[in-house]
Amino acid sequence: MSEISLKDVKMDTVRLKCPVDAEALRKLKLGDLVFLDGPLFTGREGVYKRYLAEGVDPPVPFREISNVNFHCSPAAKILPEGGYEVKAVTATASFRFSKWMPAWLEKTGVKLIIGKGGMTTEDYRRTFVPNQAVYLTTVGYGLGATYGRGIAGVRAVYWLEELGIAQAMWVLDCAGMGPFIVESDAEGNSLFELSNREINRNLGKLYEGLPEPALRRFGEITNREDEVL
Amino acid sequence: MPSPDPSSGTAPRTALVPGEIPSATIEAVGRELMTRAAITIPADFKNGVQQMAETETQPLAKYVLDQICCNYDAAEEDLRPMCGDTGLPRFYVKMGNDCRLQGGFAALERGLRKATADGTREIPLRPNRVHPLSRKDFDNNLGVHAPEIQYSFEPEGDWLDITTVHKGGLFGSDYRMLFPADGIAGIKKFFLDTMVEFGRRGMACQPAVVGLGIGGCKDTTMRIAKEAACLRAVGDRNPEREISELEQELKVLGNSIGMGPMGFVGSSMVIDAHVEIAYTHTGGMPVAIHTFCFASRRATARITPDGEVAYRSDPQWFTPYYRREGIE
Ligand code: SF4
Repeated sequence: MSEISLKDVKMDTVRLKCPVDAEALRKLKLGDLVFLDGPLFTGREGVYKRYLAEGVDPPVPFREISNVNFHCSPAAKILPEGGYEVKAVTATASFRFSKWMPAWLEKTGVKLIIGKGGMTTEDYRRTFVPNQAVYLTTVGYGLGATYGRGIAGVRAVYWLEELGIAQAMWVLDCAGMGPFIVESDAEGNSLFELSNREINRNLGKLYEGLPEPALRRFGEITNREDEVL
Repeated sequence: MPSPDPSSGTAPRTALVPGEIPSATIEAVGRELMTRAAITIPADFKNGVQQMAETETQPLAKYVLDQICCNYDAAEEDLRPMCGDTGLPRFYVKMGNDCRLQGGFAALERGLRKATADGTREIPLRPNRVHPLSRKDFDNNLGVHAPEIQYSFEPEGDWLDITTVHKGGLFGSDYRMLFPADGIAGIKKFFLDTMVEFGRRGMACQPAVVGLGIGGCKDTTMRIAKEAACLRAVGDRNPEREISELEQELKVLGNSIGMGPMGFVGSSMVIDAHVEIAYTHTGGMPVAIHTFCFASRRATARITPDGEVAYRSDPQWFTPYYRREGIE
């Protein structure tokens, strides 16, 4: 595997159709800007617990809906004439879902995970790469209105009663929804890791002359070049 | 437990006594503030982010900043919440000493609870408030101690100021007991730790306004840090010279980490730093840090007894009286 550096990041624009095909995913490069068309579904701890821990299947099998899973929940309005309107969506931090990913990707055939802030390189190498899955991060992250504009409609909502608006599984129709940034490619490289490496070079100088506090705390992480994930 | 009824509380007296602020106005203004906060970015904040977008030189960081600015416009054009995570709505209420409320304080609180529930359904906002253990969600952003309503007073005036803040973000806030021996260097180090820790991958949704509370008791420290982040306009400085200098230094320090939005390489981390102090125990120097993410949702209105409503951008929460300047 060749070493990628931040200088290789071109930020090319890519339009992807959901469900996504394997070939298109393999072509994605770190830092590419992706816009989506077609169906995807939201799923986070509520959906993962219900499906993986409680063994409840959704009314329609995941594979028949899409292979794109967005870590988010919408700000949705229940329309008086029936149906729903989603005005804004923002992703939620993905690292919390790491423990569910192996079984999730394997059982559902999901190939594209979209969320906030990515997961660890270890997650990508161990879980994503063997399942040919790629990770896109949302931008910002609070671009709720921008992503809301890319939603053409709500196809279905499952488990609304059981999980509530925030945790239910929303099947959304995308029309040029984006931009998303390729955080992890088919080889499991990570854009955040490249950024971290660069930033770490400056930390020694930054902390120069700042002594340790008089009272220390039991530390889980003490090396400031590490992440707290 | 039944769903919290937004209209529970003392029913208002039907007759309005002249000079009182009508409870119907409070409810209507509360509801309007919910919409304004969720959709329209305050001008001071928008200018701050735009300036960063202009000066940022790193391509990824600059792209993200430009997108943030476009998103502010998209929200206003389409009347959509700027961020899909619409945060935790809360209220800050300030009253002149001569302000009188129709139906009293319970009516005010009922009005603000109703505004929260109605706004959640109609704007719509995401119903984020859940029971901490059962995770029960009434889908209206109401619950035990929710929304929070805080009060402060001014010695003069018959007006009522209401500010709503929809604070997002699970990351970017921390508290630490430091000691006098740690000094300013200790505060800077704690500040850097918090920025580096939560800035990676952009977990704090920076660029952010960072509020620091120094001193007080633990709860005071946390409270003033949050208020410093959420209730002071970008560019505003603390009237005490040493503190105002510290604010400027922290802003520069935060932007020299080498980190920008999303934790990408860049120099756009801190839109502004605001520091508030409270007198504290002689042996300690507690410090709290709060970040107000770039979806800095805040809206303020003043209601006067003649029924006039004036919306404004600056909450004007930190007044000389509130800071207890010159009060023995
Ligand atoms: S921290 Fe702010 S910008 Fe980020 S997702 Fe939460 S509310 Fe939105």
